[in-house]
Amino acid sequence: MAATEQEILEGLGKIINEITGIPASEVTPEKSFVDDLDIDSLSMVEIAVAAQDEFGVEIPDDQLKNLKTVKDVLSFIQG
Amino acid sequence: MSANRVRVVVTGLGATTPVGGDVTSTWAALLAGQSGVETLTADWIDTVPVKFAGTAAADPAEVLPRPEARRLDRSEQFALVAAREAWQDAGAPEVAPERLGVVVSSGIGGINTTLAAYDTYRERGWNRLSPFTVPMLMPNGPAAWIGLDLGAQAGVHATVSACASGAEAIGSALDMIRAGRADVVVAGGTEAAIHGLNIAAFAAARAMSTRNDDPAGASRPWDRDRDGFVLGEGAGIVVLESEEHAKARGARIYAYCAGVGYSADAHHITQPEPEGRGIIMAMTQALNDAGVSGLDVKHVNAHATSTPAGDVGEVQAVAKAIGTHPLVTSTKSMTGHLLGGAGGIESVFTIKALQERIVPATINLDNLDDGIEVDLVYGENRTLPEGDIAAVNNSFGFGGHNVCVVFKGA
Repeated sequence: MAATEQEILEGLGKIINEITGIPASEVTPEKSFVDDLDIDSLSMVEIAVAAQDEFGVEIPDDQLKNLKTVKDVLSFIQG
Repeated sequence: MSANRVRVVVTGLGATTPVGGDVTSTWAALLAGQSGVETLTADWIDTVPVKFAGTAAADPAEVLPRPEARRLDRSEQFALVAAREAWQDAGAPEVAPERLGVVVSSGIGGINTTLAAYDTYRERGWNRLSPFTVPMLMPNGPAAWIGLDLGAQAGVHATVSACASGAEAIGSALDMIRAGRADVVVAGGTEAAIHGLNIAAFAAARAMSTRNDDPAGASRPWDRDRDGFVLGEGAGIVVLESEEHAKARGARIYAYCAGVGYSADAHHITQPEPEGRGIIMAMTQALNDAGVSGLDVKHVNAHATSTPAGDVGEVQAVAKAIGTHPLVTSTKSMTGHLLGGAGGIESVFTIKALQERIVPATINLDNLDDGIEVDLVYGENRTLPEGDIAAVNNSFGFGGHNVCVVFKGA
């Protein structure tokens, strides 16, 4: 059964909180990882690795660099 | 010793050890004769002949914020916890970044990370590795993270000499300030090596105690029934500072870091040289460097790890290089042996002993071995005389590395 967007958002919020300490409540779809959340490229790799385990979706490096906002990741995971 | 050389003082102390999560609790435990050695319950314990170790009293992953802790090897976590304590203890000195240095080392590096990452790589593939795997396993990682934390730009170094690493780091920091490269240097040692592979490897070298039915009694330096060292973990860090810089800011001064001596046995990769030639040379050079005589030295925090080969040879060398009069103790009887962290915590203990004029007793010393003439402290703590006195921390490492650091009372 595919996860809903809300479930993915909550899961992503937990991962980002674990890795960066940013409160999960601040992880909302319109946020930019770099400009709003101050997440650097190595942290994005950590988040991608954790998201792959959590959601079972591989995020190749050439795709990862295009995922600029939380919404981009939600869309990618939902396919 | 040149008369106009820069004098270096100790202005901050930090430690996280098997007997306490900071300097205050650790020192109180040592004065109370408490062992930090306990039976291990790790999932690999059935695969090794040694079932106990000195696990840190405070889990550093619980002390640090979670996002920070997960990017750090345990050896780096210990180092950062102890360095922050030392820095705050020193009053968080205002110092220009280009005049602030770090010299912190471990004996083994981020071995828990290396081994766990190897499992991840083999079982799940390269792209499941943390992007922080390399900075977690590199042996300069603890020094580098402390340098980042403090913004140190004068140079960040990691001297590696097995179980002499922590003391060599402090000696190197002293040299760095004397050479005019820095005004303040954060220095010490860290280690997090309680893992099945390390225990197996040290056991293969027949270096470890296997007193599995009595873990707290296993580290027993100079006792006839000692059968090897006990592994411990943690970190000890000091803040060294030029006297001029410390006095200008009105800092509290614990002690002078007065001198250091280094030597190498050039004898055997793991066995101590039987005549003590190398360690006598290190102690003699350290005393000369500090400008003190053997009679000035009232206390020795010995390397004494509870191995049959090393303990007695060391104090015979102390008798030759310094004399039989200093009060000699081995705090490893309580903390176990922190390898590269040993010189860090034991320098902290040597400085506390000078400051409070008390030497914690070696525990588990029930039957004194033959051939010992120095004044060992056991049974009860002993007081040090008032006045202008010096104390010595010895650290020796596999490879034949010998380091002796001299502190003088403030």
